Amino acid sequence: MESSAVKVENLIKRFGKTEAVKGISFTVSKGEIFGLIGPNGAGKTTTLRVVSTLLQIDDGSVDILGYDVANQSDTVRKFISYLPEDAGAYKNLTGRSYLTFISNFFKAEKKQEFIQKGIEIAQLKERIDDRVDTYSKGMMRRLLVGRALMTDPQLAILDEPTSGLDVLNAQEIRKIIKDSVKNGTAILLSSHNMLEVEYLCDRIALISKGLIIEEGKPKDLMKKYNAVNIEEVFTKVVK
Amino acid sequence: MSALGNIMKKELKEVLTPATIAPIIFMAILFGSLGNAIGGIEEELQQAPVIGFINGDEGSFSPLIASIINNRSEVVFQSNTMSDKEQALKKINEKDGLALIYIPSNFSENILNDSNGNIEVYWIMKGAGILDSISSEVVEGILYSINYEISKKLVEKNESVNASIALNPSRRIDTTYFKEQIFTGLSPSTIVGILSSQSTLIPLIIMMIIMMSGGTVITSMALEKENKTLETLLTLPVKRVNIVIGKIAASALVGLLLAVIYMFGYSYFMQSIQFGSAAQTSGIDLALSTQDFILMGVLLFVTLLSALSLCMLLGTMAKNFKSAQTLTFPIILMALFPYFITMFKDFDTIPTALQALLFAIPFSHPMMATRSLIFHDYTFVIAGIIYVTIFAAVTISIVVWIFKTDKLLTGSSLARKLMKFKKKKTKGE
Repeated sequence: MESSAVKVENLIKRFGKTEAVKGISFTVSKGEIFGLIGPNGAGKTTTLRVVSTLLQIDDGSVDILGYDVANQSDTVRKFISYLPEDAGAYKNLTGRSYLTFISNFFKAEKKQEFIQKGIEIAQLKERIDDRVDTYSKGMMRRLLVGRALMTDPQLAILDEPTSGLDVLNAQEIRKIIKDSVKNGTAILLSSHNMLEVEYLCDRIALISKGLIIEEGKPKDLMKKYNAVNIEEVFTKVVK
Repeated sequence: MSALGNIMKKELKEVLTPATIAPIIFMAILFGSLGNAIGGIEEELQQAPVIGFINGDEGSFSPLIASIINNRSEVVFQSNTMSDKEQALKKINEKDGLALIYIPSNFSENILNDSNGNIEVYWIMKGAGILDSISSEVVEGILYSINYEISKKLVEKNESVNASIALNPSRRIDTTYFKEQIFTGLSPSTIVGILSSQSTLIPLIIMMIIMMSGGTVITSMALEKENKTLETLLTLPVKRVNIVIGKIAASALVGLLLAVIYMFGYSYFMQSIQFGSAAQTSGIDLALSTQDFILMGVLLFVTLLSALSLCMLLGTMAKNFKSAQTLTFPIILMALFPYFITMFKDFDTIPTALQALLFAIPFSHPMMATRSLIFHDYTFVIAGIIYVTIFAAVTISIVVWIFKTDKLLTGSSLARKLMKFKKKKTKGE
């Protein structure tokens, strides 16, 4: 049985002549939260989009639970859930009908269970029956996190999960993410927020200019660079 | 710069983009060249029509008729016996002529005996477009002159005929040959009139359906991108082909529903007008049968599919709602082009290059089908159905392929190059 949820080896991704990802390798174990951190344009989102089957691989390989992303993308999509940084929902639907729409792509017998879980994670209370276009940014993000985690994915790929949220909303979402790994879900996330990464991630990889320049447990990295937090580690490594 | 000028400059910059100007210029060029291709009406009207003339009459009006015909037309076959009719028609056909005029032996005698003198006209009709019957109007003018000159002569000579015969001495008996069929009692202009009443509504319906449901598909794709729902949709456990087919099928159903509603209205319209009294008195059936309606329905459905798949293809290029609106323009253009062509000209009477272009545009086929079905030209309609089905299948395959690649999210390499060029230009400014 495959022990790692994600196995990326020498991944290269180009857009025309620009090499956005220049041969990165990392693994994410089952039940682990792995964070990709780096400045804008470092290649974090591109990496996440490749892992989530949205972009094609130019070189190297990506395996999800032993399935090759390049050749078995239809199978891979059964096990993953992707939350893009600036994702939205269908504006003419209510929160509940949006979750129902998503759950319809999964096993019929689990449908009600998924919807219920999505509603619980989103914590929108009676507003779940309001149209999505009436939601605040925080409510929308909670709905989308609910959507991403309700189906018990074996791998959740979260791009800047708390992006643009106020402190309280961000805290709630971090808690939801932390809780979701208890049932074995592996999480691959990217973030600019170093405190968030330090709190959430079991391991992190620092990515800059398409390359992973450092990787390890947050505590080990802080010790290695004699830093008080990951932000300091990041500054020291990038400089 | 004043505040007003500043705002105007900004608005003009936003509105006058290559994307908005290019289609207008393209349309102007297209319709300009279209006018040249199907035009030449003035020349056609000034030219002497090519006809055949059989004059069986030896009476007092015979020289007058012969003189008018010989002066105002190019007579390629002349005889005085109707036994030469077939030979005459063959010759006229060879010379791309319009009609055979036959004056029976008792023409002058009948008029002088207070009866109308019959003029038999055998028309060789080339096409059923409005402009196709223009040259037959010249022949109609000659026939009017004959009637007028005889009337004048009767009045001048004070012949003892009753007033109605003196004012209208001749009577035309028309027979039209078109698409291997014979229409007794109908002239080409009458047939064109009858067909126009039937075949102008269908293209309008098609245009409306294509524009409405096509716009829906393009907008749907644009909104998926604008509302940031596309990426989520593409990572769900659903095959790309199902996403494409699902989007097309939903819009096709809406389009089909619209088509059915319109077709009901259309068939009611056809039943109520019954193509005018001319068609009824001739005893000729110019209506569509149930089988024709079924073929028309199939053709409409595959055309709708091809339109939607084409819209889906264009929709993959849409970045947002605004760009989606621009992208509907080529579709509107593709619907307008055959609409105008088929309104003015018949497929058989346009230049070969234009024929090829018209056939290549899938939307042309249902627009041309009504005429073909009325004249039982099933080969053309079935060929159209096959072509449009292949077109739709190929386009859907291309869309599915795009959905399977990066291009849907990252754009084509050409689009990226254009974007880089635009950025460079902006920097330069």
